[in-house]
Amino acid sequence: MTALVISEHDNSELKGATLNTVSAAQKLDDEIHLLVAGSNCNSVAESAATIEGVSKVLYVDSPEYENFLAENISLLIKNISNDYSSILAPATTNGKNFMPRVAALLDVAQISDISAVESKDTFQRPIYAGNCIATVKSADEVKVITVRTTAFDPVSSESGSAEILKLEEVNDAGISQFIKDELAESDRPELTAADVIISGGRGMQNGENFNLLEGIADKLGAAIGASRAAVDSGFVPNDYQVGQTGKIVAPNLYIAVGISGAIQHLAGMKDSKVIVAINKDEDAPIFQVADYGLVADLFTALPEMESKI
Amino acid sequence: MKILVPIKRVVDYNVKVRPKADESDVDLNNVKMAINPFCEIAVEEAVRLKEAGSADEIIAITVGESVAQEQLRTALALGADKAILIETDQEPQPLGISKALKSIVERENPDLIIMGKQAIDGDNNQTGQMLAALLGYPQATFASELKVSDGKAEVTREVDGGLQTISINLPAIVTSDLRLNEPRYASLPNIMKAKQKPLETISSDELGIDLNPRISTVKVSPPPEREAGIIVESIDQLVDKLKNEAKVIS
Repeated sequence: MTALVISEHDNSELKGATLNTVSAAQKLDDEIHLLVAGSNCNSVAESAATIEGVSKVLYVDSPEYENFLAENISLLIKNISNDYSSILAPATTNGKNFMPRVAALLDVAQISDISAVESKDTFQRPIYAGNCIATVKSADEVKVITVRTTAFDPVSSESGSAEILKLEEVNDAGISQFIKDELAESDRPELTAADVIISGGRGMQNGENFNLLEGIADKLGAAIGASRAAVDSGFVPNDYQVGQTGKIVAPNLYIAVGISGAIQHLAGMKDSKVIVAINKDEDAPIFQVADYGLVADLFTALPEMESKI
Repeated sequence: MKILVPIKRVVDYNVKVRPKADESDVDLNNVKMAINPFCEIAVEEAVRLKEAGSADEIIAITVGESVAQEQLRTALALGADKAILIETDQEPQPLGISKALKSIVERENPDLIIMGKQAIDGDNNQTGQMLAALLGYPQATFASELKVSDGKAEVTREVDGGLQTISINLPAIVTSDLRLNEPRYASLPNIMKAKQKPLETISSDELGIDLNPRISTVKVSPPPEREAGIIVESIDQLVDKLKNEAKVIS
């Protein structure tokens, strides 16, 4: 049986989330094909071909896929879905956008955001903001799945040698148009791929005070995140948000500063390997999940920490 | 313009949900129920479009048990004009809900469907996209800004790296993210008025829709507990622990 993995990329680079998704697919099926659909994305197809465990790269290059509009991508995936027992995509905003559309076109349910594969039809997934883990069994012949990438170790991006098969597939639904992207420019690692993350919450008091996190982030090569409270208060843009409705992260080190630890925030970071909490309120729930807690005023603790790491 | 707003009754977002002792399901005995927060945002957006003169009718709809009428009344109190309950005793899943909604869309012909991006119980994030697929409509998920004019909607979407703006032809489906708006509180007079607004109940059998679950729950367990950590006394101690015990910084 063969799995089809939908790759995540930006037409020039393959994103790491693809490697975690292939890893999940390996637990389901013996053979793995990878779809690279985009526009002028030849370099992505080439790097996809060296992913460990992938035997074939389906490469589709056409202007209507440039911005990954769900209407077009879902038609493409449906058209090429015949021989697959499972179709997987990372649970990124792209995957979340088009995969349910694919599932409905195939008249199957989608299993969202799986965190473990128990067997070919049984999976674990977090529900209620991660307060419960549901083990669910799918009765559909084709499994359409989005993958919680932090729950699966990435496969190697270099040890494979897949055949690249170029497909001519034109699927312009003609009902949606891309206008523009406003993507945050940053030299820092992406939140979902970072080894170290330092996040600020409501305790930061304003956006300017996030500068206090910058120095530490620079020294540790960390990404900067935020709680929903900090985003809602307008301190930082929403793409900083870690939590149930933001990004799910699991870095080696997560430093939560001035974050009380609402369940919605914990849902996004509690699988981090080591959690540090700095908060002046010793009763803050964040201390219940922290490996190392420091009860301190962040405005004195952060400069001191920056000078000592 | 007519707007359809599908909503869902869920556990109140402040409730910390736990599995039942036998791990057969989540324990929802005596917990407070509410309208799903993202659905509330969807209702608010529809009401704002009506207040701005862009829409003239808002229909709230849900698929669920009879008690879900409470959440439809909430939507009516917030400003929806009428409500439809597709009643079923089954716990419907996104694909089945989408099929039921499709049949009502075909009857009501709304120009725009606004709904929450996900319900905070199953965290599936599927129904809007599935409904769009079944209808062949365009979709704009995770919306933080919505402008409607000339048979199109321009929607700014919250994506992983920032924001994306797309234009979709109406009729279309928009799913709301948190920052689309801040919902109002229903006023007491509006809560009273909502009791008089029309609420139609349709049994799912009448629609002839297959609501049978495709996914069954084998068990529901608590998440792995993190071991309790320690409180350090100083930054020096913290940095020492991170370097020499956890070995996560060098």
